[in-house]
Amino acid sequence: MCDSRRVTWEGCSVLLDINDGDRLVFARLSPAAKLKIGNKNCSLQPLIGRAFGTVFQVETAPEGPYLSPVQVNAYNGEEVRDGQVNVDLRDQVSDNNAEEVRDGQVNVESRDNRTLVDNNTAQSLTGEDIEAMRRQGARGNEIIEALIANSATFEKKTSFSQEKYRLKKQKKYAPKVLMRRPGSRSICEAYFKKYPSKIGFLRVDTLSLLLSMANVSSNSDVLVVDMVGGLITGAVAERLGGTGFVCNSYYGQTPYSMDIVRIFNLSDEICRRILRSPISDLLSQKELPEQIVQHDDVCNAKIQSNDQISASASVEEICHSSENGISELGAENTGPAVHKAPKAGEKAQKEMIDSWKENGFSSLIIATPELDTWTLVRDLLPLLANSAPFAIYHQYLQPLATCMHNLQLEKMAIGLQISEPWLREYQVLPSRTHPCMQMSASGGYILSGTKICTS
Amino acid sequence: MLVCHPTKTLSLNRSISNGDLVIVYERHDSMKAVTVSEGSVLQNRFGVFKHSEWIGKPFGFKVFSSKGSFVYLLAPTPELWTLVLNHRTQILYIADISFVIMYLEIVPGSLVIESGTGSGSLTTSLARAAAPSGHIYTFDFHEQRAASARDDFERTGLSSLVTVVVRNIQGEGFPDEFTGMADAVFLDLPQPWLAIPSAAKMLRLDGTVCSFSPCIEQVQRSCETLQTYFTDIRTFEVLLRTYEVWERKMESLKGSNGSLPSKRRQCSAGSYVLSSSPSISSVMARPCAEARGHTGYLTFARRKCV
Repeated sequence: MCDSRRVTWEGCSVLLDINDGDRLVFARLSPAAKLKIGNKNCSLQPLIGRAFGTVFQVETAPEGPYLSPVQVNAYNGEEVRDGQVNVDLRDQVSDNNAEEVRDGQVNVESRDNRTLVDNNTAQSLTGEDIEAMRRQGARGNEIIEALIANSATFEKKTSFSQEKYRLKKQKKYAPKVLMRRPGSRSICEAYFKKYPSKIGFLRVDTLSLLLSMANVSSNSDVLVVDMVGGLITGAVAERLGGTGFVCNSYYGQTPYSMDIVRIFNLSDEICRRILRSPISDLLSQKELPEQIVQHDDVCNAKIQSNDQISASASVEEICHSSENGISELGAENTGPAVHKAPKAGEKAQKEMIDSWKENGFSSLIIATPELDTWTLVRDLLPLLANSAPFAIYHQYLQPLATCMHNLQLEKMAIGLQISEPWLREYQVLPSRTHPCMQMSASGGYILSGTKICTS
Repeated sequence: MLVCHPTKTLSLNRSISNGDLVIVYERHDSMKAVTVSEGSVLQNRFGVFKHSEWIGKPFGFKVFSSKGSFVYLLAPTPELWTLVLNHRTQILYIADISFVIMYLEIVPGSLVIESGTGSGSLTTSLARAAAPSGHIYTFDFHEQRAASARDDFERTGLSSLVTVVVRNIQGEGFPDEFTGMADAVFLDLPQPWLAIPSAAKMLRLDGTVCSFSPCIEQVQRSCETLQTYFTDIRTFEVLLRTYEVWERKMESLKGSNGSLPSKRRQCSAGSYVLSSSPSISSVMARPCAEARGHTGYLTFARRKCV
């Protein structure tokens, strides 16, 4: 990957992770774009020209709050800001806790919560005190230290709950913004966490399986029916890397929304490889010349109406997000220099469609929560080349079971399998390793198989 | 298996020719990789298949044996290859492989470093994701295993994308020539913590690392070492549950009063009869009885930004 893609640029799309995933915001960087963090409005200008993976913190200057990069020394894990050294939380915890024994032995923690009484008197600093500190230009970390110093109970807490306390105060008084590169992994995870219904409850491991099972590889022609906001179209285009084609197909006159594709930082070359076609055009027989003329008129009309639809959609998106929203920011503030994501999803030309009809697609991915799976597969499978793999996603099992049964009866495919992925995350800490307390109970189901020669 | 030349596209309608690698499909759990050779035959429990009869046929075609039984000839994919390759070591399967590729953010053009090579199951998928312009450098300390892997990549047509090197990564680390160049590093080693400092050195800032370990103790030590150079350290376990689908007929029960009673009520009351109406047929799915319960833990991390 070229180095320039690791550093942000004006007009680039980024994912901002505020306080370790508490809030996830997609933004397009421009000098005028602003983001509200807590009760402060910060310009996104300082984020331009910075490496993805950089962490920012809100600082206060006489002109107002601004985002300042937090430098992390790569080799010793210490955070260095303006010459100050803040030892990593975890190190501090183990330093304070002399009883802790490493090398696999159980920690002996002498403190417990028997003397803690929840009567709301432990903290002697008042809201006014903190405001006064702020007015005097105190940094977030200084406020946290003051809170700890004025807490009557902090020293009595276990080291674990001390760490929790610090983290809670850090989120409130020194919020952190991590700038991530938007790719299929981070986009899918962000949507799954905040708006799973917009992507049909498609979990990141399920998406990864769809791409594998459909053998998405360079120079292949992938047919997709994407009713999950363009997530699959974008993920396939990312894997094709400017080779081959992804054909985003749809029933009827109106293409399905592809808004998520714009969040990926896809190059112009990759965007050109995303084409759209109505399923009826892919299924139709070769046409007579006069029919083609008529047909093109209809298509042009369609394209115009699509443009209108997407234009109005982007206006809606511009609205500032609620506290937990995913949004695209900044588009309204870009001023004269408009930085728009390159346009993806041109209508497939007739020559292209004829070539696909002639050679067949090299794979098929379907994610259509609202269309009958079997009817769709029955229509589309003949468009695949022989021996081409396919992968069909559904959040429910039954439509896939029916589809698999019919495919078996019709002998249209082999290697048929319904899979349900299961994903569990672990907390790994010295002597405190266990599966995370919360997990996603379902990432949906996949029906996969290989099309065979029926003639 | 892959098409790396920009002027060509993956055309599956090309017919099978002498020297092609095909996957012979008997059943979903019984497949074999065969290189077509004009004078050869394939002999299995279904009889004798002449390769000469396969040449000129399209992929996905059904071919018959001397006894009249049939198999399908499929074009190879990394997924099929994982099911047919020679196991020289324990291998990674599709759920882990897919997740690793997505989580390591491997895209066309990525430079990926892997150790050990093992049987090359993951390597094949890494190559697909990084193609056509990326490259995989894979290291194994076992001379013979590395040679066999090289032969396999030759056979699957991936040699231009994969370089196999014999080297003890736990002892020597990765070669300095890749310092700061790798987009992603994958470790499948018995003591991954020994290789983590070197992996960190190889990675670009914000680059990704993944360590696969079957045991939680290995994860524990790896995570402690990762803290120094990496951020966003996360450990996962990913598994697949598969389903079998059957069409089942179930007799419909009809009470004399037209209601649908439960079976028990029908027996005890005795006043209900089994209806003579046709039985209801429906397609039902249930999880397959046997499943892989554990493969390994996947620990991911991201190189800290300075």
